[in-house]
Amino acid sequence: MSITIDKVALVLGMILMLVGLWGGFTRTNLLKIILSFSIFDTGLNILIVALGYLPGRTAPIIDGVVVAADNLATRAIDPVPQALVLTAIVIGFGVTALMLVYAMKLNQHRKSLDINHYTDLKW
Amino acid sequence: MEIFKLIMLSTLAVVMIISAVMAILSKEMPLAILASGAISLLASIFFLVLASPDVAMTEAAIGAGLTTFLFFIILRKTEQNKSEHEK
Amino acid sequence: MLVLLFGIFLFQILRLYHTQETLNPTAAYYNTNTPSEVGAANVVTAIVVTYRGLDTLGEVTVLFLTAMILGYILRQGGREKTEKDTTSEILITAAKVLIPGSIVLGVYVFINGHLTPGGGFQGGAIIGTAITLMILADPLHSLRAALLHFVESMSGFFYIVIGLAGLIFAGGFLDNRILPAGQLGDLFSAGAIPLIYSLIGLKVGTEISSIISNINETGNNTVKL
Repeated sequence: MSITIDKVALVLGMILMLVGLWGGFTRTNLLKIILSFSIFDTGLNILIVALGYLPGRTAPIIDGVVVAADNLATRAIDPVPQALVLTAIVIGFGVTALMLVYAMKLNQHRKSLDINHYTDLKW
Repeated sequence: MEIFKLIMLSTLAVVMIISAVMAILSKEMPLAILASGAISLLASIFFLVLASPDVAMTEAAIGAGLTTFLFFIILRKTEQNKSEHEK
Repeated sequence: MLVLLFGIFLFQILRLYHTQETLNPTAAYYNTNTPSEVGAANVVTAIVVTYRGLDTLGEVTVLFLTAMILGYILRQGGREKTEKDTTSEILITAAKVLIPGSIVLGVYVFINGHLTPGGGFQGGAIIGTAITLMILADPLHSLRAALLHFVESMSGFFYIVIGLAGLIFAGGFLDNRILPAGQLGDLFSAGAIPLIYSLIGLKVGTEISSIISNINETGNNTVKL
């Protein structure tokens, strides 16, 4: 089993996702939990982009390297995962912004960032 | 060329995992936020070596810049609130 | 324990993965037909704006909803009486140089989105960062919120208008053949892609700026949710 670049990126993406999930489940500070979700998002994006890599090829843009328009099918990598990850990064930022503002509002109510103090929804 | 890329990516991967664990386990918040900013920056380098310049630019602008700044401004607002309460 | 289960699931994906050698048919179609159909040199931009344009519309909607929700929640706290913070001299001087350069860079990135790597989202984030620096360097200088809201609403409105024009004049919604596709590699090529991406860039930039300025100016009244 040869080790290529995208296998390294694949393993790294998986480890980052696992670290982010573990941090999200075991920390008690609200800001630490949101930070762990942000790390989880980054790992997921690395995973998706690593799935679209073909060895020995370059980016899907027509410029000096991929000169003619009909060279793209043999000299460029898969452009679809990049388009999906572009959207995913921006939406991840939006969700993180929402989570952070809610954490700030909760802090104004109870003056504490510890999730053990917010037990209203526990049965 | 391929072996050079492989060594560089492996080194960056080890640094990223160490800073991720440090971001979760540390006791001070500014250190954790800066570690997550470093993770986003190194992920942007990863995206460049994996031949996707669009994604690298987006991750560098939004992940390493705006998310770190957003965390810091919310941290300041919650610290202010806590210090007012303890007065 | 849940993490262990998820780890086993991921490990199975790792075992079944093998590096591809040739493109799968969808990617081959996008790669070979983009220069002739769309006329853009950047295939990822062509996918995001024309082939999968409806996803971009969804993303713009999500960002707009986020900005609106945060504006509503943060206005309920009341405005904070900003006392004069002493910002450092280095910051004020550096901001005078960096802000115009950053705004020009952001506009360059989203206008040339179809030729070089870049596009609306990247340029919008750069403009958002420049306006954030403006807020940081001069805390008493309140942004004119009305101007930001006006630019954001007009950008979203014109985005929908161009989409509907594509529906009336050409093939489908958000088609880019309503404007002529010139020479491959020119600035005014690829139909309506520069126009669409410029509107998206302006919209994203003003949304990020309004989020940051709302967080900065919120007060401390607890809200009755």
